[in-house]
Amino acid sequence: MQRFILRRLAQSVLLLFVLALIVFALARVSGNPADLLLREDATQEDRAHLLRALGLDRPVHEQLYLFISGAVRGDLGESIRYRKPATEVFFERLPNTLRLLPLAMVGALALAIPLGVLAAVYRGTIVDRVSGAIAVLGIATPSFWLGIVLIYIFSIKLGLLPSSRMGGPSHYVLPTITLGLFLVAGMMRLVRSSLLEVMGSEFVKLARLKGLSQTVVIWKHCLRNALIPVTTLFGVYFALLITGAIVTETVFAWPGVGRLTYEAVIFRDYPLLQAVILLKAIIVLGVNLGVDIVYAYLDPRVRYA
Amino acid sequence: MGTDPAVVLEVRGLRAYLYTRWGVVRAVDGVSFALREGETLGLVGESGCGKTMTGLSIVRLLPEPAGRIVEGQVLLEGEDLVTKSEAEMRRVRGRRVSMILQDPQTSLNPVFTIGDQILEALRLHHPDGESSLAARAEEALRRVKVAAPEQRMRAYPHQMSGGMKQRVVGAIAVAGEPLVLIADEPTTALDVTIQLQYLALLKEIQARTRLAMLFITHDFGIVARMCDRVAVMYAGRIVETGPTRALFRAPRHPYTEALMASVPRMEGSVARLPSIEGQPPPLHDLPTGCRFADRCAYVDDRCRREYPPTMPVGPAHEAACWRIEPSPPSR
Repeated sequence: MQRFILRRLAQSVLLLFVLALIVFALARVSGNPADLLLREDATQEDRAHLLRALGLDRPVHEQLYLFISGAVRGDLGESIRYRKPATEVFFERLPNTLRLLPLAMVGALALAIPLGVLAAVYRGTIVDRVSGAIAVLGIATPSFWLGIVLIYIFSIKLGLLPSSRMGGPSHYVLPTITLGLFLVAGMMRLVRSSLLEVMGSEFVKLARLKGLSQTVVIWKHCLRNALIPVTTLFGVYFALLITGAIVTETVFAWPGVGRLTYEAVIFRDYPLLQAVILLKAIIVLGVNLGVDIVYAYLDPRVRYA
Repeated sequence: MGTDPAVVLEVRGLRAYLYTRWGVVRAVDGVSFALREGETLGLVGESGCGKTMTGLSIVRLLPEPAGRIVEGQVLLEGEDLVTKSEAEMRRVRGRRVSMILQDPQTSLNPVFTIGDQILEALRLHHPDGESSLAARAEEALRRVKVAAPEQRMRAYPHQMSGGMKQRVVGAIAVAGEPLVLIADEPTTALDVTIQLQYLALLKEIQARTRLAMLFITHDFGIVARMCDRVAVMYAGRIVETGPTRALFRAPRHPYTEALMASVPRMEGSVARLPSIEGQPPPLHDLPTGCRFADRCAYVDDRCRREYPPTMPVGPAHEAACWRIEPSPPSR
């Protein structure tokens, strides 16, 4: 197990290095930041001064060396808009996103597993069809639309819940629902389909032959096998949400990293955008590592491979 | 015949159909046989003739929701299993009737250890202390000749060979000390040397526990080695039943005859093995007459019109064919 984790860790580091190169290259290809940062009436002297301050007057390989060596030490440059280290800005906002995500994800899982099991056990019946219809609706509904509709109904018409910004527990309700509903649908369908597949296995027959009840067979023998692909999806979704919460956080003016990404793009804050991309990548890789470990726990064949 | 061991399992007129979107598949269509204590009955036939479905009907684990027993009785020590509730059936499975499935590679749950899976079976049948259960589980593994059982308990299925896995499946099947063991082609997925070891093991278990075995196979070599009696199944029905030796020496149904002829023999040289021409009729569209008619060398008009009755042809030997002259039963 230790070797397994170490190997995964080494792979992650390599991946991160490649990503840093891509980020570095893209930032250089997408135009000179100085053109966007300087005012229209800036002199050649101002321009040279800024380039020197940003380190852009040096040869590319030197810039790369500075970027990488800075990144290794945790220095990803200074945000132009906030006038502080970009990493600091990111980590100020991260807790706000992390407060939202687990709620949405755990809630989604708590709903998706029982619903998926029900749909599989009662496949072909009305229970299955209704849940299938809800799932399609959930997948097809865009977050920004759902968010706005929820705000319209619960904040504007009914006045029950706050529409935006962070605050007490009531502020969490609408963003959590908006994020979670998207997840429930996909996960539920996956739980259903992978459970159905597992339920047809020979070992399920053997478990029934031992004299176990259908309930025990489904929740013990089948579910654990069925959760293996669900775990993968869970990891993908988590990674997707850290990046994808951009829409939800923007709609609800939630001061998390999603909204920060949006701001960094809108204000052409290159160092901040670079930092946000790299730091998110680190989180995504971390989550994937976590998923792999859970995966190895669930499936002994992975563990000993 | 009064000295014969008691009948433990009797199947009477069993019909089990699968209701699919292509129609009703009459997988088991009027099957009757009896199984005595300590006896092995071979159920032989081509793939798809209803052998496995017969086995699954007995333990009431037909594929859901398509499969259903529509008629007949399965009498276990005189009690009808067909009318039992699911809760009652749970106490029958594993404890009184067990089954070994065909493919050891997929019969064990990949995410639980061997120990867990044996303990689970034991726990249902012996609701006593956990510590004595562990000892029992190791004992069960030792009995099916698994080396180093203490270590094997902690192993996962993918860490074992196919033969080992099938031994574990065997250990699980006999853990509840059942009266009847249904073995559904238990050696098909094993290689030949392992097959023989496994068959010997089953014989040994049977000699010790006096269990009655229903041995489902398509391999006449295994039948000769394992079975006291044979029932030949074709398209959902048993066409001939008899003591193994009598049936091998003088098969009476043309299908049995053709099957025998297609078994390779060691003596002499055969340029080409005879095979049975054609395909069995589809089980969702069976003819009214004899189901073997289209492939039979002796077919006549009556065969196509009417299904032949089952007639005695020797001591405990009967067959369903119009060619058999009705004679008073010779028992």
